Amino acid sequence: MSAAVELVRNAAGRRVPTTVNGKAEVPFQGVNGYRPQGVKHAPPIRSCVDYPASGDKRVPDLETALRKCGLKDGMVISTHHHLRDGDAVAVMALETAARMGARDLMWFPSASFPAQKAVIKLMESGAVHHIEGSMNGPLGDYCTQGKMRGLGVLRSHGGRWQAIQDGEVKIDIAVLAAPCADAFGNANGVSGKSACGSLGFALADAMYADHAIVVTDNLVPFPCVPPQLAGNYVDYVVEVDSIGDPARIVSGTTQITRSPDRLKIAEYVARFIRDAGLMRPGFSFQAGAGGTSLAFVAFLREMMREAKVKARFVRGGATKYLVDLLQEGLTDYILDGQTFDLDAVRSMASDPRHVASSPFASYNFHSKGNTASLIDLVVLGATEVDVHFNGNVVTHSDGRLLHGIGGWQNCLTAGCVILAVPSFRDRIPIIVDEVTTLTGPGEMIDVVVTERGIAINPLRKDLLDAVRSSSLPIRPIEEIQQEVERICGGKPQKPARSDRPVAVVKWVDGTVLDTVWQVN
Amino acid sequence: MTGKGTMSATTGANTARRGEAGREGEDVRSDLHVSFEPRESGGIEFEVRSRVKVLYGAAIEAQARQVLSALNVPNGRIVLNDQGALPYVMAARIECAIRRAGLGQGRRALPDPVPLAGPSPRDRLRRSRLYLPGSEPKFFINAGLHGADAIILDLEDSVHASEKDAARLLVRNALRGVSFGSAERMVRINQLPMGLADLEEIVPEAPGVILIPKVERPEQVTQVDAAVQERATRAGLARPIWLMPILESALGIENAFAIAGASEKTVALTIGLEDYTADLGVVKTAEGEESSYARRRLVNAAHAAGVEAIDSVYGDVGDLEGLRAWARRSRALGFEGMGCVHPRQIPVIHEAFSPSPEEIQKALKIVAAFDDAQSRGLGVVSLGIKMIDPPVVQRALKVVNQARAMGLLPKDAKASEGGAQ
Repeated sequence: MSAAVELVRNAAGRRVPTTVNGKAEVPFQGVNGYRPQGVKHAPPIRSCVDYPASGDKRVPDLETALRKCGLKDGMVISTHHHLRDGDAVAVMALETAARMGARDLMWFPSASFPAQKAVIKLMESGAVHHIEGSMNGPLGDYCTQGKMRGLGVLRSHGGRWQAIQDGEVKIDIAVLAAPCADAFGNANGVSGKSACGSLGFALADAMYADHAIVVTDNLVPFPCVPPQLAGNYVDYVVEVDSIGDPARIVSGTTQITRSPDRLKIAEYVARFIRDAGLMRPGFSFQAGAGGTSLAFVAFLREMMREAKVKARFVRGGATKYLVDLLQEGLTDYILDGQTFDLDAVRSMASDPRHVASSPFASYNFHSKGNTASLIDLVVLGATEVDVHFNGNVVTHSDGRLLHGIGGWQNCLTAGCVILAVPSFRDRIPIIVDEVTTLTGPGEMIDVVVTERGIAINPLRKDLLDAVRSSSLPIRPIEEIQQEVERICGGKPQKPARSDRPVAVVKWVDGTVLDTVWQVN
Repeated sequence: MTGKGTMSATTGANTARRGEAGREGEDVRSDLHVSFEPRESGGIEFEVRSRVKVLYGAAIEAQARQVLSALNVPNGRIVLNDQGALPYVMAARIECAIRRAGLGQGRRALPDPVPLAGPSPRDRLRRSRLYLPGSEPKFFINAGLHGADAIILDLEDSVHASEKDAARLLVRNALRGVSFGSAERMVRINQLPMGLADLEEIVPEAPGVILIPKVERPEQVTQVDAAVQERATRAGLARPIWLMPILESALGIENAFAIAGASEKTVALTIGLEDYTADLGVVKTAEGEESSYARRRLVNAAHAAGVEAIDSVYGDVGDLEGLRAWARRSRALGFEGMGCVHPRQIPVIHEAFSPSPEEIQKALKIVAAFDDAQSRGLGVVSLGIKMIDPPVVQRALKVVNQARAMGLLPKDAKASEGGAQ
């Protein structure tokens, strides 16, 4: 990276670069302040007669497939993250490309995991130029320390669709891991030894990439049903022994937290939902797979049962706990964006009310509406939230990259956005004067629930009124902050950080919301 | 760093020796390890490794200097390996390392105090008391948030013999520097004479109740009582420190009544079933038949002496239904509360030890009839055609006042304000 990158202050008051990896960028213009114009990106025109009439698109190996796709230096290679920390395909694809002599590739994963730390070697050798996608663990440290040649670009799940659709990122070759596929390229994630549930994150890649390769360890005779990814988008199919480590793809059964503090937070979340009148017949909510999220579902379930209230749908992060709601008749549907445990994988495979969904339906800025804005409430985590309710999910308080945005930004359009966070971790206060990295504007965050009390955004007078007679500990956010600073021994000092950007955080519309700075 | 959360004690034996305290290892969180090497001169040399150094590096060094200065230690090399310990923990660990190095005798490095809640009334609600091992400071800080009527900082069985000195300082600092909300602050000390060293540290920080372990004879209570009073007077403490003897043997149970009456500071008797069943050589079961006699005897002795009877703990944290059944039987026997080993047990215990809506309604009617008789100057209280005996009125008053304390009654529900003793 050249040190002479130009920085401007965006509408959130954050200093952001005007160009990223050689491309001009639009600084954040405020929530709903920006509308890209023009027509959507489209892949090249193909003709069916150029593909085998037999429908058999198999080639012997990944190297052949990449060669036939015209692998060249500087190309964008995309992968999806439904196999999570068990994925073997992304590294397999990038290492194969490196072996074939490709250089300066851009890796465009829908998320990266510690299992893919081998990509560091490929960046050091020059095969991979940089990553645009979430980075954590070793990859996150590599980027934060300024060792990556390009800037990291962090996008939400919806923002990734937006970037693909409006041409911000053009995928040359999508390499798509499939737990089940046929020779035509139809694929799904619901069966096979590497089953992962939904394949929703791979859909944009299949539709918009110049070339798409399906990699499977479970080839079935045509047709592969249900075809979550249609073979009509696919150029080649490669059969391998294993696409990943099943034990790290889904957990056996996700466990509710046993931490008393997290249970307390979860209980407060559920009581808030009830006391604020959000738990109405036909309501909807979204829950993740974090320990606190699971626990809040367990508490809410009891309250729903007691009040005889049924949800119309729940969105997840599907786990056993959502499946239990479905089976008990406490929700009509599960709309599943990611499938986290075996119970949920089985449920999706067998219950038509458990529906696979994609970020296109839920999160995409260029869709004609989104499920995420129809949802009554969502419960999210955060690493920091400031006294203006701005949230940070991507960096530690010391500035190191911690994890990706996921669907977090996209969920902020829900009717009520609840952050469920401990008030401090070890000695690190979570409520701060100003977030280290702005990931979500405070005007979209309504409630912060901690074990020491619940803070409601003053913009939400309706919520403040709704819980006026509740016995919940509703407190000003500054009061909780001060209490925690007393416990932790004062305000934390400001970490020293360089003036050199190492990554940018995109807002859902493609504008640059904030910068991640180099930390040594 | 070696091992998993290994404890370290002192090496060497004479006055100028290295002192170590705290924990190190990969799974240690919210705690630290301190190593101190005394020197004759040269001032203090610091080495600080901390996972929160970027945010609190300066605060950590400032605090370490403060503690060393309070302990009058001008020279030496101190190495802190910190995993995000809170200040009151850091102070206690450093003080412990210094003492283990044979320095700082007769001095204390106390953390900033938090405001102290009012003194405990003698007949306070004591349905639940949450046990906190004295050497696990990371559990202290949020213990007051879970709604237990009391928390117990334990210096006895949950603390390894080699860590008694460390736990004593952690518990002292917690009593002074941690807010436990509305929970009554209890400490279980060791048996005398070790318990005297415990009292030396904790009494000035005004715990609400001292639990005395393995009591078999009334003199054990009077000895602790005298030791507490002496230290309380020395510390200029005006508020009472109550006592709760724990009976944990056949002999203790036989002497229950004498023990209950040994000190006017005694507010409750409780029972330790692990030791009691071991003393009898029987297996402790979920039904508790083997301790049925002891528990009934204890309840009777406590009531005869006018103190509360408090049950033991239910150890299987996963079995909330078993706990519920135990607690209901326990209340039916005459106990007024029991111990908890995990916060999730608290609501179950509170529910089980609360009067039922029917009981409360009946009690309200009796109290109303009593008020009516009083106002009309009648000596006899009657409800309908039924005459109510004075003990029944007393019982009803107690139920109503309990229900009010538990928040089961609106403030204006009709019942007498005085009454329950």
